[in-house]
Amino acid sequence: MQIDRRLASHFDWTLLGLAIGLVLLGILTIYSATYSVTEKQASGLATKQFYWFIVGMVAMLGAVTVDYHHLDRLAYPFYGVVLFLLLLVLFIGSVGGGSQRWLNLGFFILQPSEPAKLAIVLALTKYLQYDEPPDGYRLRDLWAPFLFVAPLILLTLVQPDLGTAIVLSLIFLSITLMGGLRLRSFLYLAATGVALMPIAWHFLKSYQQKRILIFLNPDLDPLGAGYHVIQSKIAVGSGRLLGKGYLHGTQNQLDFLPAQHTDFIFSVFAEEWGLLGCLILVGLYLTLIVLSLRVVARAKDRFGSLLVFGVLAIFFWQVTINVAMVTGLMPVVGIPLPLLSYGGSSMVSMMVAVGLLMNVSMRRFTF
Amino acid sequence: MLPIPFRKEVASEFRRRTNLLMTVVSIAFLLLIGRLFFLQIIQGERFTYLAENNRIRLKKIPGTRGMVFDRKGQLLIDSRPSFDLLFVPEDAQEPETTLRRLAGFLGRDEGELLGLLEENKERPPFEEMVLGRDIDWRTLVAVETHQLDLPGVTLRIRPRRSYLLNSMAAHLLGYMGEIGPKQLKAQKEKGYGMGDEIGQFGLERRWEELLRGRTGGQQVEVDALGRRVRVLHEVEDVPGHSVFLTLDRDLQETAYEALQGKQGAIVVLEVNSGAILASVSTPAFDPNVFARGVTGEEWRALGQDRMHPLNNRAIQGQYPPGSTFKIVLAIAALEEKVIDPDTQLQCRGSMAFGNRVFRDWKKEGHGAVDLHKGIVQSCDVYFYQLGQRIGIDRIAKYARALGLGEKTGIALDDEKPGLIPDTEWKMRRFGQPWFPGETPSAAIGQGYITVTPLQMANLMATVANGGTRYRPWFVRRVESLDGTLIREYGPEKIRSLELKENTLKHVRSALADVVNSGSGTGGRAKSNMVVIAGKTGTAQVAEMRGAYVKSEQLSYLVRDHAWFVAYAPAENPVIAVAILVEHGGHGGSAAGPLAKKVIEKYFSLQNNPPDSKQAGRQGAIRAN
Repeated sequence: MQIDRRLASHFDWTLLGLAIGLVLLGILTIYSATYSVTEKQASGLATKQFYWFIVGMVAMLGAVTVDYHHLDRLAYPFYGVVLFLLLLVLFIGSVGGGSQRWLNLGFFILQPSEPAKLAIVLALTKYLQYDEPPDGYRLRDLWAPFLFVAPLILLTLVQPDLGTAIVLSLIFLSITLMGGLRLRSFLYLAATGVALMPIAWHFLKSYQQKRILIFLNPDLDPLGAGYHVIQSKIAVGSGRLLGKGYLHGTQNQLDFLPAQHTDFIFSVFAEEWGLLGCLILVGLYLTLIVLSLRVVARAKDRFGSLLVFGVLAIFFWQVTINVAMVTGLMPVVGIPLPLLSYGGSSMVSMMVAVGLLMNVSMRRFTF
Repeated sequence: MLPIPFRKEVASEFRRRTNLLMTVVSIAFLLLIGRLFFLQIIQGERFTYLAENNRIRLKKIPGTRGMVFDRKGQLLIDSRPSFDLLFVPEDAQEPETTLRRLAGFLGRDEGELLGLLEENKERPPFEEMVLGRDIDWRTLVAVETHQLDLPGVTLRIRPRRSYLLNSMAAHLLGYMGEIGPKQLKAQKEKGYGMGDEIGQFGLERRWEELLRGRTGGQQVEVDALGRRVRVLHEVEDVPGHSVFLTLDRDLQETAYEALQGKQGAIVVLEVNSGAILASVSTPAFDPNVFARGVTGEEWRALGQDRMHPLNNRAIQGQYPPGSTFKIVLAIAALEEKVIDPDTQLQCRGSMAFGNRVFRDWKKEGHGAVDLHKGIVQSCDVYFYQLGQRIGIDRIAKYARALGLGEKTGIALDDEKPGLIPDTEWKMRRFGQPWFPGETPSAAIGQGYITVTPLQMANLMATVANGGTRYRPWFVRRVESLDGTLIREYGPEKIRSLELKENTLKHVRSALADVVNSGSGTGGRAKSNMVVIAGKTGTAQVAEMRGAYVKSEQLSYLVRDHAWFVAYAPAENPVIAVAILVEHGGHGGSAAGPLAKKVIEKYFSLQNNPPDSKQAGRQGAIRAN
C-alpha cells in the first residue's frame, strides 16, 4: 500500500486525543470503582483495562491505515463472522448474571454483541452507498438490510441483552433514515414497532419486565431494582458542583452502587468529580460527535459519509441512554458507556470505531 | 473499488440532514446536562445529605412463617417475632461510650460488650454486629426508651420458629437454617437474600414455598446516629400458610416416650388411607436449637454423633427385616400355590443345604409345622423350605408388590429405598448368578434384604386393609391465615394387590395368634383393650455361625435389631404400626411392649378424646 504523504498531514489528532482522553478517564474511574477501603487497594481490573486499551490502539491503527474505500469488501464477511459468533453464543456461550452473552476463547472472553454494532454499520453502509432514489426509499426497498440486521438483533435479545438489542435497533433506524428512508415510511416503521411492543413484552425475561415496570413506577420494587436507581441518583446528586474527590465517593466505596465499573461507571465518576467533571466528560463525547458530524457533512462520497454517521450513531445512542439510565431518566437496560466502561470487547470495538472516524476524516481531502 | 462520489444535490441534501442532526444532538445533550444540573446543583444538598449523614437502609421484614397443626388442630409449630440487638460502630461517635451506657441499661457486663467490639475490629465499621439474639422483653423496652442515648444501636425483627413438641417430632417437622451459598444461587429468583432463613429438613423444607410467606421490607432513611427518620417505601409482608397434618400430637408423644433411651423408629399409619398418625426416630435433636441459631460447635457435635441424631430412621434407616419378612413369604407361597395352608414340613432345629447348615432360632426344633404354626412360632426351618420352593425371583416380586425395595414416595427428602435382591440384581451388582444357597437367608429377611420402618408399616397396612397400598402422607390441608383453603390432600392409591380371597385370611389369622395364642412369639404385645395382630422380627447385625448366643450377651453394636410390626384391631383394622429398636435384642421382648403401648394409646384417645369439641371432627376423619 502506498503511504500518501498528504494523509499524514491530515491525520485527525483531535479525534485521537479525545478517544485517549476518554479511555484514560475510564481507567482512572475503574480504579476507583474497584478500590476497596478496607484493603486500601483496587482489584486488577484497571490494569487489565489498560492492556485492552493497548490492544485497542493497535486495532485502531489498523482501522485507520486501510483506505476505507476498501472496507466495503470486508463488510459482508465481517457481518458473517459476527453472525456466526452470535450463533455460537446461543449454543455454547458462557452464562453470567442470568444471561448468556459471552464466548470463552481461553485467553479472553469475547462478547460478540459488541463487534455486532460495527458489523451493522458496515453492512448497512455498503448496502446504502449508492445514491438513493429521488424521493427516498420506501420500506419495501429496504427489505434486504432489514433481513440481515434482524437476526443480529434477535440473537442479542434472546441472550438476553435488551440494552444491546435496543442500541442495535437504533443504529439500524438511524442509518436507514440518514441513508434516505422516507419520513413517512419511517413513521410506519415506528408505528409498527409500537404495535409490536405488547408481543415483544412476552419475550422479555421477568427481570427485564420488572425493570421497565419499575421505571414506570419506582415504588413497585423499592427494595430491589428500584434501589439501584435511587442509589445511583444519590451518588450523582451528592457529587454536587465539584465532587467528593478521587477515591472519596462514599456511595461507590460503600458498595451502594451496582455494576460500578461497567454500566454504572458514570455514577462513580459523577460522585467523585461533580457537575464540573461531568461537563468535561459529556463535553468530550459531544465534541467527538460534533466533529464526526462535520466529517459526515464534508466527506466526498456517500460510503464514507454514512460510515462515519453509523459510528457516531453508536456513540450517540450509547452515551445518551447510559447517562439517562444512571440519572433515572430511563429504565435500567444495561448499556456500557463507550470507551469508559470496563470490558475488552467493548474497548476494542469502540477503538476500531474511532479508527474508522479518523480514517474517513483524514481522507476527505483526497481522492 | 472506485469511490462513488456524491451527486451534487445529494451532497447538499446530506448537509441539510446533518444540520438537522446537529439540532437533535444538541437537544439530547442539553437534556442530559439539564438533568445533571438538576440532580447535582438543585437537589445536590438533599442527595449529599442522603449520601453522607444518612444512609438509606433496607430493612427486610420476613413474612411470619406459617403455623403447623396436628389432626386435632393442636399447635405443633408456632412462629413469633423476636428481636436481635445490633450495633453499627460507625453510627456511634464513641462506640465504647455507647456500649458502656448500654451495659448500664441492661445490667450486662461492660467487659463482655466491649470484648465483642474488640472481636469485630477487623470488620468495616459500617457493618452491623450482633450484640444479642432473641433479646427478652425487658431489654427491648430498655433499648427502645433510651434510643437517644444509644447512637448506633438498632433492633432487627426476625420471626422465630418455636417447636412445641421439642425433639418429639424433629425428623418429620424438620428444622430451619440460614440459606447456604448454593441454595441462594438456586433460589435467588424466589426472592431469597443472604442471611435469610429457609427450611432445611423435613416438612419445613418440603413445604417451604407454602409455609414461607412473602418477605416485605422498608426503605428507611436513617440519620447520622442510625435512627430512623422516615420510611421512604414500604412493602407489606405476607404471612405464610398454616399446615394441618394427619399426625396425632398425643400419639406422637407416646411413641417418642416409648423410644426414650433407645435408638430406633416408630411409624403409625391409618390402614385405610396411608395417613401417618405418628412417626418417631430416636435419638432426635431439638429443632428449637436451630431456630435460635445453631453454633458451629453444636452443628459439628450433631453431625459427628455416632448415633446419627439427624437421620430420620423411619425413612432413612435400612435394616434387614428379619422374621417380619415371613409375612411376604407366606403371601407368596399361598398365591403361587407352592403349598397348601395345611402342608406340614418338618423342623428339627436346623436344615442342611449344600455344605451349609441353616439353624432355627429354637435349637430343639418345632416338629411338624404348617403355615399357621410357622408364622405364629416364627419357625425358620419352615420358611427356609418355603423360600426354596418359591425361589428368589418370585419372593422379590411379592416383596416389591408390597412396596419393599422402592421409596414409598412420602413427601420428605432423602428417603431410602431399601433393597430387595433377585437374580438380575445379583448379576448387575456382583456379576455373579444368584446361588440357591443364598435363598434361605433371604427367606427369613436376612442377607442382602433391607427395608425401612415406614415400608414395613405400610406393608402391614396393606395386609390389614385387604391388599390396597397407599402412599404414606402426612399433610392433610393447607390454609391461609384467614382460613381460606389453599390445598387439600387425601389418600393416594398406588396399587391394588389382586390376592386370592383366602391368602390374607390365613396370614391374618396367624398374625392375630402371634400375639394372642399364648404360644406365639409376640405375646408381650397382647392387650386387654384391643386385639392386636402382629409379627416379631429379630434382625441379625453380625452373623453368629454355628453358635446359639443370646443377643443380650453380645456387646451393644453387634446386638440384633428388634422389630415388631402390627395392626389393630385384628378384625376390621384401623391402624398399622412398625417398630424398630436398633440393637434392641429380641423383637418380641424389646419391640412388642412398645407396640402395645402405642396401640393402646391410640384407642384410649378414641374413647376419651382430649377435647370433646373435636370429637365429631375425628369421627369424620376416621370415617374416610
